[in-house]
Amino acid sequence: MTDQPVLSLQGIKKSYGNNHVLKGVTFDVMPHEVVALLGPSGSGKSTLMKCINLLERIDDGQIWVNGTDISDPKVNEDKVRAQIGVVFQQFNLFSHMTVLKNVTLAARKVHKWKAEVADRRAMELLDRIGMAQKAASYPDQLSGGQQQRVAIVRALLTEPELLLLDEITSALDPMLVGEVLDMVQEIKQQGTTILMATHEMSFAHRAADKVVLLQQGLVTEWGTPADVMDNSQREATREFFSYFRRID
Amino acid sequence: MSTIKPSTADFINDHTFDTVSDVELARRKVRRGQNVTSIVVSVVSSVVLALAIYVGLRLSPGWEAVKTTFFSGEYFLQSLPTVGKGMLLNIEVLAFATVGVAVFGTIIALLRTSRSSVLFPLRILAMVYTTVLRGIPMIVVLYLIGFGIPALGIFGRISPTVLGTIAIVLGYSAYVAEVLRAGFESVHPSQRASARSLGLTVGQTIRMIVIPQSLRKVAPALMNDFISMQKDVGLISVLGAVDAVRAAQIDQASSYNFTPYIVASVLFILLSIPFIIINDWYSDKLRKRELSGGTV
Repeated sequence: MTDQPVLSLQGIKKSYGNNHVLKGVTFDVMPHEVVALLGPSGSGKSTLMKCINLLERIDDGQIWVNGTDISDPKVNEDKVRAQIGVVFQQFNLFSHMTVLKNVTLAARKVHKWKAEVADRRAMELLDRIGMAQKAASYPDQLSGGQQQRVAIVRALLTEPELLLLDEITSALDPMLVGEVLDMVQEIKQQGTTILMATHEMSFAHRAADKVVLLQQGLVTEWGTPADVMDNSQREATREFFSYFRRID
Repeated sequence: MSTIKPSTADFINDHTFDTVSDVELARRKVRRGQNVTSIVVSVVSSVVLALAIYVGLRLSPGWEAVKTTFFSGEYFLQSLPTVGKGMLLNIEVLAFATVGVAVFGTIIALLRTSRSSVLFPLRILAMVYTTVLRGIPMIVVLYLIGFGIPALGIFGRISPTVLGTIAIVLGYSAYVAEVLRAGFESVHPSQRASARSLGLTVGQTIRMIVIPQSLRKVAPALMNDFISMQKDVGLISVLGAVDAVRAAQIDQASSYNFTPYIVASVLFILLSIPFIIINDWYSDKLRKRELSGGTV
């Protein structure tokens, strides 16, 4: 491997008071990889996502993005956030802006694109997901699945180095989950580097290059989906995945 | 208890809207009856109340004197031009005060909601300001500013109109800042997180996301403060500015007839009506959007 990792986490610790959420998390995400972050609720997945995006400050460890230590207090946090796209569980579209304004906001105001360039690129992406005719609609006029796909376009428009997907299908009904996951699959094929926290086990198994299992604030398994999800030697890992087998 | 037997067969195969089932017709009849009853009750109670007020006034021993000193048509027309001219000053003060309150109130609200440790002293100051200014009666604020600032002797002579405007701005900014603060805090933290995650700075997030979203929520409360402020601009008369109230007072002092005050009141009411209508309309719109179809 000559590539350096897009994201490298080294011994990340984070506590809220006496609640030690992350106890030293270490793993890498390589260019063009899709890494699925799995683990039970409360294992620290969302906290880790917030730390990587500098929405929460870590208590120890280092976070490297393309060779830069972004946990250094001297880095410009706004610039770092601008290179990392994030999609949240609750979509978090700006309710007072149209779909097009939502999608182009960062391009226009942060990356200083010309409005017509941003609009053209946004319309191309919206067209690709079949939502060009919704460009002038407001978020509350869209279904959950449509809102989430718009949120993904918003995160992707400026071509971030890394895309963080934080349980993006957890607030959607089963019929809408499919349309959002299909879009993730398409983004993966375009070569975007993705770290996704998810409970969609079959999707992780099918689409992820690597799987990271987070349990009680620690990475307990790290490897290909087959290694971790099918052939683990650890009792705790097998137990975790067995819950999902039973439902399947 | 309904005596009509449930006839589900009527509903099942009927997908048109041309016919209405017997059950619905019966329901509509009952509702019509309820409506008629409530209209009759409200008409009767209105008439009774109006009669009571009229009789009460006519029976009071001083009614004839009150009628001539407060509701004289002759004095009404006589004082209308001077009081009306004074009203123009009120409108001018209102316009300047609105801009002043919008700017100053927003700054105070932003300081109150800031979390930066650098701003700590200013945050405390803003808290003290809103607490103190909301506690002092408006007229006392006017006296303190109107007579206190000239007494300092720094600025030379300042017109009472300017001093009055400053006092109104200071007094109302405290209320508006609290309304805006509630608005800023009502914007869900996830909206800020989302904006910051796109790379927007703190300032951009406040300007483009927090303020526009919160204004929508607190607009009815803000308009209410505005309507209240537009009558309180009449208080600048205590500093000697010749506004509608002062003009009425001057007229009254020469004629001993109080009708000019009624003229001023009518003008203030007329000024407020458009804004009250806008406020009601907007509040109604917001409520309808939130209820979206519910009737309770």
